[in-house]
Amino acid sequence: MSIEELKVSIKNLNVFYGEKQALFGINLNIYANEVTSLIGPSGCGKSTLIKCINRMNDLVDICRYNGQIMIDGEDVNDPSTDPVSLRTRIGMVFQKPNPFPKSLYDNVAYGPRLHGMTNSKEDLDELVITSLQKAGLFNEVKDRLFEPGTGLSGGQQQRLCIARALAVNPEIILMDEPCSALDPIATAKIEELIEELKEKYTIVIVTHSMQQAARVSNRTAYMHMGELIESGLTKTIFSNPEHIKTQDYITGRIG
Amino acid sequence: MNNILSRNNAEKRFKVYGFLAVSTAIVLLGILLFKIFSTGISAFNQSYIGVKIEINNSINSSEIDPRTELRQQLRNMFPELTTRAEKRTLYSLFSTGATYEFEDLLKANEGKTINGYYYFLASDDVDMYVKGTVKREGDSAGRLMSGQLKILDQFEEQNLVELHINKYLLAGADSREPEMAGIKGAIYGTFYAILIAFITSFPLGVLTAIYLEKLAKKNRLSDIIETNINNLAAVPSIVFGLLGLAIFLNFFDLPRSAPLVGGLTLGLMTLPTIVIAARSAIKSVPPSIEEAAIGLGSSKVQTIFNFTLPLAMPGILTGTIIGIAQAIGETAPLLMIGMVAFVVDIPGGPMDPATALPVQIYLWADSPERAFVERTSAAIMVLLIFLFLLNITAVYLRKKLEKKW
Repeated sequence: MSIEELKVSIKNLNVFYGEKQALFGINLNIYANEVTSLIGPSGCGKSTLIKCINRMNDLVDICRYNGQIMIDGEDVNDPSTDPVSLRTRIGMVFQKPNPFPKSLYDNVAYGPRLHGMTNSKEDLDELVITSLQKAGLFNEVKDRLFEPGTGLSGGQQQRLCIARALAVNPEIILMDEPCSALDPIATAKIEELIEELKEKYTIVIVTHSMQQAARVSNRTAYMHMGELIESGLTKTIFSNPEHIKTQDYITGRIG
Repeated sequence: MNNILSRNNAEKRFKVYGFLAVSTAIVLLGILLFKIFSTGISAFNQSYIGVKIEINNSINSSEIDPRTELRQQLRNMFPELTTRAEKRTLYSLFSTGATYEFEDLLKANEGKTINGYYYFLASDDVDMYVKGTVKREGDSAGRLMSGQLKILDQFEEQNLVELHINKYLLAGADSREPEMAGIKGAIYGTFYAILIAFITSFPLGVLTAIYLEKLAKKNRLSDIIETNINNLAAVPSIVFGLLGLAIFLNFFDLPRSAPLVGGLTLGLMTLPTIVIAARSAIKSVPPSIEEAAIGLGSSKVQTIFNFTLPLAMPGILTGTIIGIAQAIGETAPLLMIGMVAFVVDIPGGPMDPATALPVQIYLWADSPERAFVERTSAAIMVLLIFLFLLNITAVYLRKKLEKKW
């Protein structure tokens, strides 16, 4: 393995929803060109954690936080950081496929158009096609690029959402249980895709499937009740966890 | 066992109650519509009386006084009527509109001669008798006296009394004479007022809804605003009329009776309806779509204009059209700002004095002439048709703009 490059470092992050504290002093390092998976029982704060990385939690009025999240040495929460431009560097894929009620083409082209990333129609066409290719969807949909994205199957919709996220050329891709609404075949395709994507992108994936975490990720972090219990190489976490809670969860005794 | 039986019976009973409720509503609506249509339909025809017109020298319409000339032609038809009173009785069968029609006839035959029977507008009393609304009792019928009836009988013997399509009803403005009264002026007044109401209340309402739903922080102040908007929707419309009177007429000194003021007042009244409809439409847009857009780096406002608004638009438009339909039928606020005046001109713009359809209905319903009864119903028919069209538009827009996901 090459020398690991630190991409995101989270230091002592506390998050509150109103009076309720959701995350307690989280410390986590995420490395470039790796897949980091977050596992843990429902409500343990995995989704909250990744939403802090691209500041999606700003949309929740009652959400407050302290602590530090650095991406390439820049503080995400620094007043000079614009959350909108931050989010163009961080793609996000959600639990439920959520294509826009527009054509496939417009779905993928939305981000590039928004940020004026291409100068001509040809450039945009090419970007849309390469994004769909990267998401492994192009061959299946090349004949119906101008049909509504909502007409696709669940798995295809999710890959469309990935293509849409890739089109703005992000550095990091956050995936919030991307396969939980999909069948095993569609899941396998997404996992294959994740494997390919990590060559170029840094991926953080929240998952409820231990097998999935074991299959796709280089590193795993186990969270419980808003605390990060243990994080490390996936191999180590799954074969030789340090913490008893991690072991219990992985072996299915809790959760 | 017993339990299941009674539960099934309860269910059946409930269905019957529901069916009864729906059928009662439909029957009542049917009676209402039947009453209005059966009364109003006769207003679309109007009695005309044929007069033999004979002018043998070439016509120069500027030299002929149509009133005198028409009377001369009438006297020629009935040489036996000699006294002033008898002649007056003859003239009284015709509406003042007959003179205008005769004038038009003369103008149309400029430089030519006329010889033949032409039909002229009868008075409302004749019309009511011809249509059978008033019956002959003894030697009079309604306001028609025996002398008038005698002459009218002579016309009828010669088959000179006919029902023609009532061109005044839809093409004319209000008049003291029922046979010449029309609703075109009121329709224009309503059109301008509603246009103004829409232009003011739609953007204001939608922006308010967006602000409250998407941009405002949820706190005490936004709670108070929310509660008060809901309260405003329940404020009686006459209060909005008083508000319009105080603000637009007394403070801003805008012209009285103008559709501009009526429209602004109706707009104020419609505003809470639109805000409430738009808020619920905005609320029902799936947050997942907005999250996806935000996640791609679109700003809050971009997300609202690219996704939230287009997706909420069918709901917003439906609510708006319902609000506007309500405003079209509103009379009370218009009374307060003076759109209840007797206006015989068709308004040329929103600053001209005008009345509105429901106010016209109110005015006609209040008039003593028997012929205004059928006109009131006819005006209600027109108003109902407008509302029906608006509702069709609402359904159509909803179907057309609705996107599936």
